[in-house]
Amino acid sequence: MNLLNISGSPHVHSDESTKKIMWRVNLALVPALLVAIAYFGVNALLVSLISVVSCVLFQWLMEKFILKQPTTIWDGSAIVTGLLLAFNVPATAQMLWIVVIGALVAIGIGKMSFGGLGKNPFNPALVGRVFLLISFPVQMTTWPKVGAWFPTHLMTDANSGATPLGIIKEAVKNGQNISDVMASADMPSLMQIFLGHMGGSMGEISALAILIGAIYLLCRKVISWHIPVAFIGTAFIFSGILWLVNPEKFMDPTMTILTGGIMLGACFMATDMVTSPMAKSGQLIFGFGCGLLTVVIRNWGAYPEGVSFAILIMNSVTPLLNRWCKPKRFAC
Amino acid sequence: MKTKDIIKNGLIKENPTWVLVLGMCPTLATTTSAINGLSMGLATTFVLMMSNMVISLLKSVIPDKVRIPAFIVIIATFVTMVEMVMKAYLPALYDSLGLFIALIVVNCIVLGRAEAFASKNNVGQSFLDGLFMGLGFTWALTLLGMVRELLGTGCFFGHSLIGGADGMLMMILPPGGFLALGLLMALINHIRRRGVKKS
Amino acid sequence: MAKKAQSTLPNMLVSLTAIALVAAAALAALNGMTKDPIAKAQEAKVKAAISAVMPAFDRLEDRDINGALCHLGYDAEGNFVGAAVEAGNDKGFGGHLQLMVGFDKEGQVSGYRILETHETPGLGAKADQWFQKGGKGDVIGTTPASNALSVKKDGGTVDAISGSTITSRAFLDVVNDAAKVFSSITL
Repeated sequence: MNLLNISGSPHVHSDESTKKIMWRVNLALVPALLVAIAYFGVNALLVSLISVVSCVLFQWLMEKFILKQPTTIWDGSAIVTGLLLAFNVPATAQMLWIVVIGALVAIGIGKMSFGGLGKNPFNPALVGRVFLLISFPVQMTTWPKVGAWFPTHLMTDANSGATPLGIIKEAVKNGQNISDVMASADMPSLMQIFLGHMGGSMGEISALAILIGAIYLLCRKVISWHIPVAFIGTAFIFSGILWLVNPEKFMDPTMTILTGGIMLGACFMATDMVTSPMAKSGQLIFGFGCGLLTVVIRNWGAYPEGVSFAILIMNSVTPLLNRWCKPKRFAC
Repeated sequence: MKTKDIIKNGLIKENPTWVLVLGMCPTLATTTSAINGLSMGLATTFVLMMSNMVISLLKSVIPDKVRIPAFIVIIATFVTMVEMVMKAYLPALYDSLGLFIALIVVNCIVLGRAEAFASKNNVGQSFLDGLFMGLGFTWALTLLGMVRELLGTGCFFGHSLIGGADGMLMMILPPGGFLALGLLMALINHIRRRGVKKS
Repeated sequence: MAKKAQSTLPNMLVSLTAIALVAAAALAALNGMTKDPIAKAQEAKVKAAISAVMPAFDRLEDRDINGALCHLGYDAEGNFVGAAVEAGNDKGFGGHLQLMVGFDKEGQVSGYRILETHETPGLGAKADQWFQKGGKGDVIGTTPASNALSVKKDGGTVDAISGSTITSRAFLDVVNDAAKVFSSITL
């Protein structure tokens, strides 16, 4: 890795390179978007479109009329936020208007209230997502059934599915053993989970599509391997230890990292340059914390999924990690 | 000090919530609805008025070194009175405000006004200062409660405006309190500064 | 303006003692005045909670049955009209769930009230309305002692709160337990 690429927050990139990075991230998100459309049909496309348009619109309005700054909507960062926000909500018809509120919170509170791109301490898309999750708990946990390309009624959600994590959390709470649940018909197979044939937020379902995007970003050096590997690795090892202790109460490690938002979070949201540490050692600690917190929240928290909370908590530690793990200087 | 200035200070210029940012604990905790914010504000107003008046009356007989314990005893007496009366005659309101009534004792505004105003000014002015500081606190809490209730439950003073809508739950939970307070504070201080610039 | 009292020991002692004495006297007087209204308000609160869940009664009798507190109601002639049973379990999503469930003398659920809950706001916390008369998961009028209640997902008849099957199960379990307690009441 090239240490010269590291810079202090707020990141001072030339306009050209911020733009390039953001458009590359957008490109890397396309496979996951295609999978979402393939599995959830028209609603996935509409939710993404509305999310992106409202993020860009809110950013433009705020820069133009409240901050009275030159507008920066063409740097692509609002589109990244919009896409990631859409990826973190279920692709249902009722999300069509709720996602607009999420975009307002993500851009307004998560980003512009701190002064815009590069100054926000928390990942804006996750701020919006967590606001929605707490504000609209029913709508945010009503998952559409997979494979309904064109729902018979576009504006209603005839079918509702459940996420593997939700099924397991409920079963464990109900005193059932995990092995019984795994055998039940509701549970997708490991291969289906890898490809994305399961209930969940629209962008998180397919590990394969996310990995394709992540590999592209790695090759383009937009992200480095440290955070994703530390995040996923920690989650794998920690859940593996729990699984070895009691396989009937804890999910097996492979399932753990392939279900829920770990893949999406580790590759696209924890790696957000503005809100993650600069030094490689800091990034490793950051990823470790994310993985640990995710597994803790999943197993002992009130929510079945904890990736968003884990990343936001680690975002708040980022300034400390930046202080603690200063990148090596060439001449000291 | 002129009466006009006392009124202006309490309501706007030195508003305890928006400008002095004092007493944030009851501000954030009790404003889950407009009516709760209003009641908390009025209870605090009563305590402020009475304690300011009594402290101003006694200021010459309280030696400096024991003024803080003396002030606190006086304030605590009035708070306990409010608490007992509320428990007896408004039990439902007491249930929803609960612990926060007792916490008026340690609300910085009350001791702050005793120290900064009542111990230096005459009885009439101290009473007015207590009244208008209290009303400044009250309108701030009521506005905050109204905004949070409206966004969080779709209700206005307990009356549902949008039938069947749930609202954004986060706004009536603690994080929503911080968000609403921050955004309103920004808005009000923006308007206030604009007014200052013009004059 | 009068001369300010100096911070000498006697001055401090006298002023603080005097202030404390006056404050104590004032509070004692007010306490005497509000004692009865406060006690009455407390009693009214408990009574309101019980009568909200139970058929009309004239007289109450509190009894402990297998560790559950039961309020037995009698009419003016001394006939048993029903009971309110306080029961709970730890199966809720957020932990302990404590209810007061009212039954008429035939053992039909006449009402309920949540006494303690740690369920998620907007999801499980909806239980306070959901299972009431006219609510989506109406349990009023059922007889859980002979026909245990369960959610549709488990083959029962009650609609679970959307997104909160766990809370709904815990809630119905408490109601079933309360019904068991009720049927073991001996008059």
